[in-house]
Amino acid sequence: MKRYSAFAIAREAFRQHSGWTRAWGQAEPKPRYDVIIVGAGGHGLATAYYLGKNFGITNVAVLEKGWLGGGNTGRNTTIIRSNYLQDPSAAIYEKARSLYEGLSQDLNYNVMFSPRGVMMLAQTQHEIRGYQRTVHANNLQGVTTEWISPARVKELCPIMNIDGPRYPVLGALWQARGGTARHDAVAWGYARACADMGMDIIQQCEVTGVTTEAGKVTGVNTTRGDIKCGKLGMVVAGHASVLAQKAGFQLPIESVALQALVSEPIKPCMDVVVMANTVHGYMSQSDKGEMVIGGGTDGYNNYTQRGSFHHIEETVRALVETFPIVGRLKMLRQWGGIVDVTGDRSPILSKTPVEGIFVNCGWGTGGFKAIPGSGWAMAELMAKGASPLTEEFSMNRFRHGKFIDESVAAGVAH
Amino acid sequence: MRLRTNGRLVAKNRPVHFTFNGKRLQGYSGDTLASALLANDQLLVGRSFKYHRPRGLVAAGAEEPNALVELGRGDRQEPNARVTQVELFDGLAARSQNHWPSLEFDVGVINAKLSRFLPAGFYYKTFMQPQAFWKHVYEPIIRASAGLGRAPETGDDHTYEHFNVTVDVLVVGGGIAGLAAALAAGRAGARVLLVEQTSGWGGRAVVDRPSIEGISAQDWVNATLAELDAMPNVDVRLRCQGAGVFDHGYALAHERLTDHAPKQGGPRQRLWRIRAGRIVTATGAIERPLSFAYNDVPGVLLAAALRDYVVNFGVAVGERTVIVTNNDDAYRTAIALHDAGLDVPAVIDARTSAKGELPEQVRALGIKVLTNSGIASVDGGKRVTGVQVCAQDGEGTVTETIPCDCVAMSGGWSPVVHLWSHCGGKLVWDEPHAFFRPDADRPPLGADGEGFVIAVGTANGHLFTAEAIADGFSAGRKAAKVAGHTRKPGQAPMGDDVAEDALTPVWIMPAQAPYKLRSKMWLDYQNDVKVSDVQLAAQEGFQSVEHAKRYTTLGMATDQGKLSNINGLAVLSNALGEAIPRVGTTTFRPPYTPLPLAAITGVARDELFQPIRKTPVHAWHDAQGAEFEPVGQWRRPYAYPRGDETAHDAVTREVVNTRENVGLLDASTLGKLIVKGPDAGKFLDMMYTNMMSNLAVGKCRYGLMCSENGFLMDDGVVARMDDDTWLCHTTTGGADRILAHMEDWLQCEWWDWQVYVANVTEQYAQFAVVGPKARQLLQAIGGMALTKDDLPFMQWASGQIGGFDVRVFRISFSGELSYEIAVAAGQGAAFWDMLVKQGEAFGLMPYGTEALHVLRAEKGFIMIGDETDGTVIPQDLNLNWAISKKKDDFLGKRGQLRSHMVDPDRWKLVGLETVDGSVLADGAYAVAEGVNANGQRNTQGRVTSTYYSPTLKKGIAMGLVKHGPTRMGEVIAFTKEGGGFVDARIVDPVFYDKDGEKQNV
Ligand SMILES: Cc1cc2nc3c(=O)[nH]c(=O)nc-3n(C[C@H](O)[C@H](O)[C@H](O)COP(=O)(O)OP(=O)(O)OC[C@H]3O[C@@H](n4cnc5c(N)ncnc54)[C@H](O)[C@@H]3O)c2cc1C
Repeated sequence: MKRYSAFAIAREAFRQHSGWTRAWGQAEPKPRYDVIIVGAGGHGLATAYYLGKNFGITNVAVLEKGWLGGGNTGRNTTIIRSNYLQDPSAAIYEKARSLYEGLSQDLNYNVMFSPRGVMMLAQTQHEIRGYQRTVHANNLQGVTTEWISPARVKELCPIMNIDGPRYPVLGALWQARGGTARHDAVAWGYARACADMGMDIIQQCEVTGVTTEAGKVTGVNTTRGDIKCGKLGMVVAGHASVLAQKAGFQLPIESVALQALVSEPIKPCMDVVVMANTVHGYMSQSDKGEMVIGGGTDGYNNYTQRGSFHHIEETVRALVETFPIVGRLKMLRQWGGIVDVTGDRSPILSKTPVEGIFVNCGWGTGGFKAIPGSGWAMAELMAKGASPLTEEFSMNRFRHGKFIDESVAAGVAH
Repeated sequence: MRLRTNGRLVAKNRPVHFTFNGKRLQGYSGDTLASALLANDQLLVGRSFKYHRPRGLVAAGAEEPNALVELGRGDRQEPNARVTQVELFDGLAARSQNHWPSLEFDVGVINAKLSRFLPAGFYYKTFMQPQAFWKHVYEPIIRASAGLGRAPETGDDHTYEHFNVTVDVLVVGGGIAGLAAALAAGRAGARVLLVEQTSGWGGRAVVDRPSIEGISAQDWVNATLAELDAMPNVDVRLRCQGAGVFDHGYALAHERLTDHAPKQGGPRQRLWRIRAGRIVTATGAIERPLSFAYNDVPGVLLAAALRDYVVNFGVAVGERTVIVTNNDDAYRTAIALHDAGLDVPAVIDARTSAKGELPEQVRALGIKVLTNSGIASVDGGKRVTGVQVCAQDGEGTVTETIPCDCVAMSGGWSPVVHLWSHCGGKLVWDEPHAFFRPDADRPPLGADGEGFVIAVGTANGHLFTAEAIADGFSAGRKAAKVAGHTRKPGQAPMGDDVAEDALTPVWIMPAQAPYKLRSKMWLDYQNDVKVSDVQLAAQEGFQSVEHAKRYTTLGMATDQGKLSNINGLAVLSNALGEAIPRVGTTTFRPPYTPLPLAAITGVARDELFQPIRKTPVHAWHDAQGAEFEPVGQWRRPYAYPRGDETAHDAVTREVVNTRENVGLLDASTLGKLIVKGPDAGKFLDMMYTNMMSNLAVGKCRYGLMCSENGFLMDDGVVARMDDDTWLCHTTTGGADRILAHMEDWLQCEWWDWQVYVANVTEQYAQFAVVGPKARQLLQAIGGMALTKDDLPFMQWASGQIGGFDVRVFRISFSGELSYEIAVAAGQGAAFWDMLVKQGEAFGLMPYGTEALHVLRAEKGFIMIGDETDGTVIPQDLNLNWAISKKKDDFLGKRGQLRSHMVDPDRWKLVGLETVDGSVLADGAYAVAEGVNANGQRNTQGRVTSTYYSPTLKKGIAMGLVKHGPTRMGEVIAFTKEGGGFVDARIVDPVFYDKDGEKQNV
């Protein structure tokens, strides 16, 4: 692989950039791989990457029905934080957040991780208590967060109206080392690094069936032919239950549309990420200057990758209320992604009833932040059969009632 | 430059004054800001995003990518206003954006000099070392140079409103196809809404002037409008843009009411929320630029836009205009310019021959036509000075230089398919015309499985008048018919055009252009994406159109690629050696053009952001200076500070007074659900963990409600009203949620049960009269008998108190003697006033929610939302007594049998007292030895409620602790706010009146 650097750019500048090669190859499927990962979203690609990097497993194919990173990984609002309440969540999200810190260097691809700070506003007494609880929990989990006063909120985010007539800001949960990253770059960076290890990333290749023998996986049927494998990782987010069905088991997943929007770009006016759960909206400003805005999910299941305008209205109202200046801005584009939501709003990283098949799904509205940690843990689970980070996220928890419920701490979980 | 001739839209006798970057300029009434700027030779209007290159106007409509300015000031400042859509008014002040120090001299242009180092995606390849530099050095620099307009500094003082309408047919676009559609649908009798984004009707036809029904297009438009105006079932709106199409025939239109007339009162803009049976999109087509080197120099415009400026506004961009085209239509511009007395030195036509009627007309005017020719390069910096001509099929060898000050380009047309596509309408590639048009066989589908959007006219790929108008008319008729309107609308109008020869697709000019030229051919003017960038993306494997878009930022600017997408896509396809339709387009997303967030918000701002729910005594609380807290949409008094008391002091006083004398609580917000019917008892037995069917009439019972998974979700007192009626009290936040929960089960699972649920929360005011003197007070007021024997604890009765009809519940959430009294909401305030007045003699004081919390915590009563958080089952709270063992089933029963729910290690409710008497921190955790497999400190419990108890004069708390109830007296360490630990003893959660003697007197 040709390393990326300022020097490489300078060299290419003098030969019309003719020396740049493909970021990832255009592979034809081989008859068999040791491991097949279905889904070239962030989680699938990161799983493949850490299989290679941490366990030396490189005879791997990542199969993608569309284009890599084109699912939720390329549609999300890129908030990264690890201030989760429950221990298993905090562990995997903090692992991810800490990997994000060095990811650009690790991948030799600038993913633009920007630890600019994330605040979650408390606007009711109930939220104050909930976030204070989170601070206590985080400090024991090794996640640095603090409770900050309204005055500090205003100082960190001057465009916010903290004395609104309806829901004045009473304080916030602040994670200074949370932030954002460039979503496409995360997918592309992992893809390039996987390809560099000799893995095949096969796009336009939909998995249409799973073949098993005596309760053990043997391969997959795809739109580009049948491919055999030793192990199979299903990492397909909103389509997890569809794929699981093809392998003969069920997943407790509902697929719903989550929408987001951006404004036209304006000069920088907001340096932090703000989430306001009482009024149901959150916002940050991209490096390009757009205000990136999101809210809650639509109230019905679907697969259309678009949503209702009512939700956009609700979200926009919340933002105009919290940041009056944005009323003057214009919505440039709205879109939706299909998120995979479990009953307890926590992900599933698990073995399955079929030997050799592993699932990684259920990240719902908040899995971008988890990508490196999830890939790391999933790779360990697939390579070794167990990982302390995935232990509690087994699909059996629904049978035992051992939920990992984060809705306690946050109405919206991005 | 203003022409003496032409200008059908401007009133040359009505001058209008405005400023641009502080310079005073003059236009005419009817001008857009764009035409007025051009009339003043202000061609340079902005700077591009990445290279800060000078930018001039390119288009005349919504597709303009360059000319974005800042308007207004202070609370009316608006960044990124598109000058082609701004109508001129007296006093308008516009400022250009994205340059420093000035528009004419911008140091950011250094980026252009460095452009060879800044190809597509360069930032992914660098700025990585050292790690800390991204946050502290690189990102701040990139951010500072990003953004276009200035961020506003204040909110917006305009008003905005929403309209909700239901129509049979929504027609978007007021060109001839849209007018014909509205005409047919209107004549058939359908309810029609016709919207047009500009301030005038007729679209392209009134500029290009074909004849319709034997009269001029303008006359036909006027006659049609007159007919539509006379129809009561048709509504037409100008300045109203179809902004988005959503599922189920839902559409949005955005109307600008006073932007062009700011002195006029009323709302600034209006958002139309439309339910339409059918949506007819007659949105026209957009001309495509051509990709030749330096096609971004100010003075290079779309050919049709130049025509618009001349015909509509009497404005010329230059005196000598070279036309470059691959089709016949652009020859109309040559004719229009020539007719206006302007010089056209040449038409450069990329096709090998140009023998159509229009080229012949142009030749006849003495204008030179150069075929198989292209532009190798444009000369000029901030303004075109000439073009270098070359052979189209070559590598750009210059054959001739033509001095000129303006270039009109046309690469063909693309139908505006956005609204068709928003909700999933598919496109087909039309090879002869080289454009994507709606595929009538794959429209967006409605709930009935039928297509609900019909594209017509140019938006449907019919570039000629005759077809376009007939297409519109027949769609209007069809759409009306779907809604049951079958009256015959008559014959479709006949249109007549000059015939045109086919175009030849030209994606780069010249066809064999070397890198040197390709790296100067702009596709996306605003974001500075060039042909070479898209080719680099393809070279690096970004083959999907979405990848290429994201890698290069093509089409991601504020114009969302209206001019650049198809050209970029064609370049990508060629680079990949794939056919254009195989590569496909990016997704079209709403809104069509950027939509102000304030318009989306409408009136729902500030106080009206959400409804405020007020109890009948809200005004009294307010007058007493109560501190309110939001609980859902309610405002509840948190405490009633007196004089210079702090809220904390007030709470202490209120608690003590309630324990010693009598307190008064406005409990009206508590949910009240009537559950009635022959199966109501059976139903409630399923909803609650305890038995409700056997509750005797006149009695009350505290009930628990669990989710299907077994978790406690609400609690409250249930009273049996009569044989088949129960009144269920819920928490304040729970009323709507529990009603929905009940309805969910009734409608989805037990739809055959005869039960009716009504939310009567707001029908009653309900007050708790609480404390040792409660009975004395009520007896002093006089009315129904309220002794222990007349109305024992956990019973209710109706009667009169002080002449008011009341229902009295003997229930207590404080541990004191307590009467909860319900009166009709309309009498709430009067009843409250009477209680307050009569209560004076007994020391009555109102108390707020915080005192309520303290009182209940002192008694060890749980609070939904404190002791529960969605992970807690009743058993955790030692509430086994409220879980019926007799019932076969109730919601949550099965869930509570799961292995983790019966795990003996579950954390259970206990009381907690710090050893030093201090108040434990909210949300504190009890630590245990060691760390878990992920290195996190082990825990063994947590605080769920914690208060200073004025009664016990020390901190008290409730919490969940592993094996808690069996560890009474043990001391464990809890986390403190800001770090460190504090020791607390595990105690009985009932801190006050352990035997319950006080409430039961
Ligand atoms: C609007 C929105 C905003 C969000 N905001 C945030 C945020 O701020 N912070 C945050 O942390 N998270 C956020 N999320 C959530 C986050 O985007 C997702 O949790 C995360 O990207 C999921 O990644 P993934 O790799 O699991 O799924 P995806 O990226 O969706 O990848 C799954 C891939 O599987 C492919 N696939 C599916 N079926 C098959 C098949 N049969 N064969 C082959 N391939 C198949 C799909 O095409 C897709 O590419 C947001 C999501 C949305 C929609």
